[in-house]
Amino acid sequence: MTSVFRSATKALRVRSKLGATRAFTSSRCTLQEALRPASLSTYTDEEQMLREAVKRFATDVVAPKVREMDENESMDPSIIQGLFDQGLMGIETNADHGGAEASFTAAIIAIEELAKVDPSVSVLCDVHNTLVNTVLRKYGTEEQKTKWLPQLAESKLGSFCLSETSSGSDAFALKTRAQKDGSNWILNGSKMWITNSYEAEVFLIFANIDPSKGYKGITCFLATKDMGIKIAKKEQKLGIRASSTCTLDFDDLKIPDDNIIGGEGKGYKIAIEILNEGRIGIAAQMLGLAQGAFDKSVPYTYQRQQFGQPIGTFQGMAFQIAQAAIDIESARLLTYNAARLKEEGKPFTKEAAMAKYWASVVAQKVSGSAIEWAGGVGFTRETGIEKYWRDSKIGAIYEGTSNIQLNTIAKFIQKEYS
Amino acid sequence: MRPSASRLLNILVPVKRAVDYAVKIRVNPQQTGIDTNVKHSMNPFDEIAVEEAVRLRERLKASVTSIRAITIGPAKSADTLRTALAMGADSAIHIEIPESAPSPEPLAVAKTLRAVIERHNAKAAKEEDKVDLVILGKQSIDDDLGVTGQMLAGLLGWSQATFASKLEVDVEKKEVFVVREIDGGGEELRCRLPLVVTTDLRLNEPRYASLPNIMKAKKKPIEKLTPADLGVDYTPMFETLKVAEPPKRVGGGKVANVDELVAKLREAGI
Repeated sequence: MTSVFRSATKALRVRSKLGATRAFTSSRCTLQEALRPASLSTYTDEEQMLREAVKRFATDVVAPKVREMDENESMDPSIIQGLFDQGLMGIETNADHGGAEASFTAAIIAIEELAKVDPSVSVLCDVHNTLVNTVLRKYGTEEQKTKWLPQLAESKLGSFCLSETSSGSDAFALKTRAQKDGSNWILNGSKMWITNSYEAEVFLIFANIDPSKGYKGITCFLATKDMGIKIAKKEQKLGIRASSTCTLDFDDLKIPDDNIIGGEGKGYKIAIEILNEGRIGIAAQMLGLAQGAFDKSVPYTYQRQQFGQPIGTFQGMAFQIAQAAIDIESARLLTYNAARLKEEGKPFTKEAAMAKYWASVVAQKVSGSAIEWAGGVGFTRETGIEKYWRDSKIGAIYEGTSNIQLNTIAKFIQKEYS
Repeated sequence: MRPSASRLLNILVPVKRAVDYAVKIRVNPQQTGIDTNVKHSMNPFDEIAVEEAVRLRERLKASVTSIRAITIGPAKSADTLRTALAMGADSAIHIEIPESAPSPEPLAVAKTLRAVIERHNAKAAKEEDKVDLVILGKQSIDDDLGVTGQMLAGLLGWSQATFASKLEVDVEKKEVFVVREIDGGGEELRCRLPLVVTTDLRLNEPRYASLPNIMKAKKKPIEKLTPADLGVDYTPMFETLKVAEPPKRVGGGKVANVDELVAKLREAGI
């Protein structure tokens, strides 16, 4: 019994050291409560309030613009401004750097709630928080943090530039080169499939400073739009159309030496570690997408009557709906547990890969069913149900393809079992 | 230049945890009330009240010394106070009642609020620390009684301006200009502090609590009290006999012309 006590209080101390909110409510909890493990759907008061606030923002401000943004393939600037105004662009950032100093789970909650309404808006918030902000928080020097985090929290959108024409899953085969020139670096090359790039002002660019060292030459550079980053092409996509995905060209792009994040040759390490966390963010996006599609379609099935009864009450339909609900719950538990493991400082790579993989599968399945349940109304663009299905496809592709996730998980299993 | 003694405002905003406006209300099987095992949130008119208090501070700046939120309810009601704190209230008071206790009636609520105000004002070191403006929602959306504000004004002997759709405070003159929503349109009133105001829908549109404010709300103080501390009796004076859903709408009929309509009306006894 005493060892349980010791590990539980140690866990509480570790959590408070991380500055993250505790898994229990912020009101005084008794020691007995603290020792009892909580269910996976336990959130702090602040996390619950955040969920409510983002849900309202998404419903009132984002929802009316979703269709228009999708049809026009463009993100409404007022939505981006709204995200900044709500404090959703510096969720984990320290208060003295202008952020909300909330937990990683709080960020995951925000991403999920946004995705229920618009997965495009969700991914904008996700990339900005879990990739760009986190790189600076974890690997930036105090000066870099003080300079960039407040700007990122208040007004400047960030973008994460790793992939290229010939390097996606094989990220470290990237070809963008950086050559030293006095106290600057000159970058040449191009990046492809870059989210947020059309609206972003801050770019984290991965370039190789010494190809003879292979992946150990990859370095993370922070650049701003006005340094001369060119948008070569904006992609026209199947889904998440409002989220900008562009090809960027760097033509003798001059970046000061001070803008190297994490040190020379540390880029590969940064990329791997950060994408592990970002994975959970995408899981949350896919989860929200599935839930959003479900929430739009199921009430319709209890209103639409055929053969004298609501179609949702026919056993065949009811069974399908129940199975979709099971799928969503399982994706939810995987996602939030991975988030808590990360908060606790425990290993979470395998769980994050599982969450991302499964959530993207569930998103496809449930959104597809949602269309079928709504019939013709689901197939036409007016209700927005079909949008979820189109948006879901990217879940199996970006931030680590499904095959790569399975690979990652398999390696862990091999290590454990052989 | 620091505002002088009589030119400071202390606002009290009572808030209530009510069934969320979006929930489909169902009568419970015993027909004694509605099913309360549903989503709850702050009464929408109370949100408008908190918002108005925060906007007054934005307009009058240092003249608004304090915005206190208060609620009466079981432990769960603390959520409502946290929302008020996240929207901009400085501190909160929680009058805690047991989970199983019935919801307090308006007169009991008004007596509690009076007790809190009198207790606070008695302890106030200076005139300028006394609560002089209470902003409440005009009614709560679960019982729609709409009387608490008026009762409170009566008990305190203060002025009242109900169904406010516009509020302007002149702290210097200790006057408040209010536009009230009435059947015919808008009634303009000039009132003197101290004042009880109840909010109507068009007064303002409440803000979303931004994440940094939600995190800051954690550090704001919540004082806990019980009805016994204030000497108020919550024994209900009313007994609910029955709660039932309205009868289902039966379809009407179509008539061919005005004569037929008149005939049908005569048949129905009108």
